[in-house]
Amino acid sequence: MSVAKFTDQNFNDEVLKADLPVLVDFYADWCGPCRLVSPIVDELANTYEGKIRVGKVDVDTNSKVAGDYGVMSIPTVILFQKGKEVARQVGFGGKDAYIQMIEKIVK
Amino acid sequence: MVEEKKWDVIIIGGGPSGYTAALYLSRATLSVLVLAGVKAGGQLMNTTLVENYPGFKNGIMGPDLMLTMEAQAKTFGAEVRYEDVLRVELVGETKRVWVGDKEIEAKAVIISTGASAKMLDLGEEKWMGKGVSTCAVCDAAFFRDKVVAVVGGGDAAMEDALALAKYAGEVYVIHRRDSFKASKIMQERVTANPKIKIIWKSEVVEVKGSEKLEGIIVKNVETGLTTDIVVDGLFLAIGHFPATELFKGQVDLDEKGFLKTGITNGNAKLWLEGYPTMTSVDGVFGCGDVVDFKYKQAITAAGMGCQAALDTEKYLTGKEIILAGSLGGKMKLSDKELRKAREQFSKQWPRKRS
Repeated sequence: MSVAKFTDQNFNDEVLKADLPVLVDFYADWCGPCRLVSPIVDELANTYEGKIRVGKVDVDTNSKVAGDYGVMSIPTVILFQKGKEVARQVGFGGKDAYIQMIEKIVK
Repeated sequence: MVEEKKWDVIIIGGGPSGYTAALYLSRATLSVLVLAGVKAGGQLMNTTLVENYPGFKNGIMGPDLMLTMEAQAKTFGAEVRYEDVLRVELVGETKRVWVGDKEIEAKAVIISTGASAKMLDLGEEKWMGKGVSTCAVCDAAFFRDKVVAVVGGGDAAMEDALALAKYAGEVYVIHRRDSFKASKIMQERVTANPKIKIIWKSEVVEVKGSEKLEGIIVKNVETGLTTDIVVDGLFLAIGHFPATELFKGQVDLDEKGFLKTGITNGNAKLWLEGYPTMTSVDGVFGCGDVVDFKYKQAITAAGMGCQAALDTEKYLTGKEIILAGSLGGKMKLSDKELRKAREQFSKQWPRKRS
């Protein structure tokens, strides 16, 4: 499954109003550790296809969403369910950390 | 649960030294597992342009350099995992390392865990990612037009202040002495920047906030006067400490926690014989910032990683020779002899557990 690009404009419709839980990777091109997160998030999009949605927010061009959720350090990965934040990992947490976030709500 | 595969070498830590060691050892056809941890790439992942790593005329971005080193090590078959090691058992023929619920075994271990940023120990950890940071380059952009403070007086503090000045409205640099130890060129850039204000001879004594960081209290170490400063961001650049917590009680460390090897023990004779990068434990080697309290550069770390790899290879070959017996401790082997010794050796070290 492809990884979506979320923006200030589509965040409400694509993430908050989504039926499935959504894993969002807040990143920027200039952030080194973000580049460790990116391929893992891509992989998880495949692993959990049909169970969750996965997407990324470039904080440079979408500062409103980042601000709304108090993202002050990247990489930050947040899991949303029914419009609410249910889990957050600040800093690179390794693949297992992201899996644990997801497994808590996807049985 | 024990992993079936027994590795020739496990490298703990994936910075310049660990990846260089992995490159050399995997290229020498040894099986290599790098447990790079969640800090894979090391300190350079938190930098921008690296201008003093030779081979890159126009500099190279720190994260690019590290991801390239990782990829290069993998080219020769090294496996890299972004998992943290929880426990080790290093003494004895078989080295054991625990990752998650798995136990992994190897014939030799290289410790290249590097160093981690020092904290103030004022309880500021609870605002990490909520205003407190040890990586200005990572987080500067979130402080557009805000007020931030940098603590420290070295090159890292200067780099942080300059990175922040690009975005923030005002940057304080708080330093407990009356002069910086940073290089002259960096000091000049900082003092020339109109957004940066230096608070000399002062230290942070309290960090305040609720949901996120709200301010700090700074005390002048000479007069004892304290000042409240409202800040949105606090960036720590007060140095690093060696990441050796895992190895305490098993491997000799110096009084500051740095890993001791033949090199830092000051035994010059070791350069002529033996294994300069070996720690106090047979078959356990060390390289990079976890050992090096003096130079602490990417290139010196990579260089020491190479030394550790060559020592490790020689050590394992030496073991092969001893085990192969018939070769009588001869150190210079032909390819054919080496192959034979390895065959003998792998019988002693079966890859599969029975």
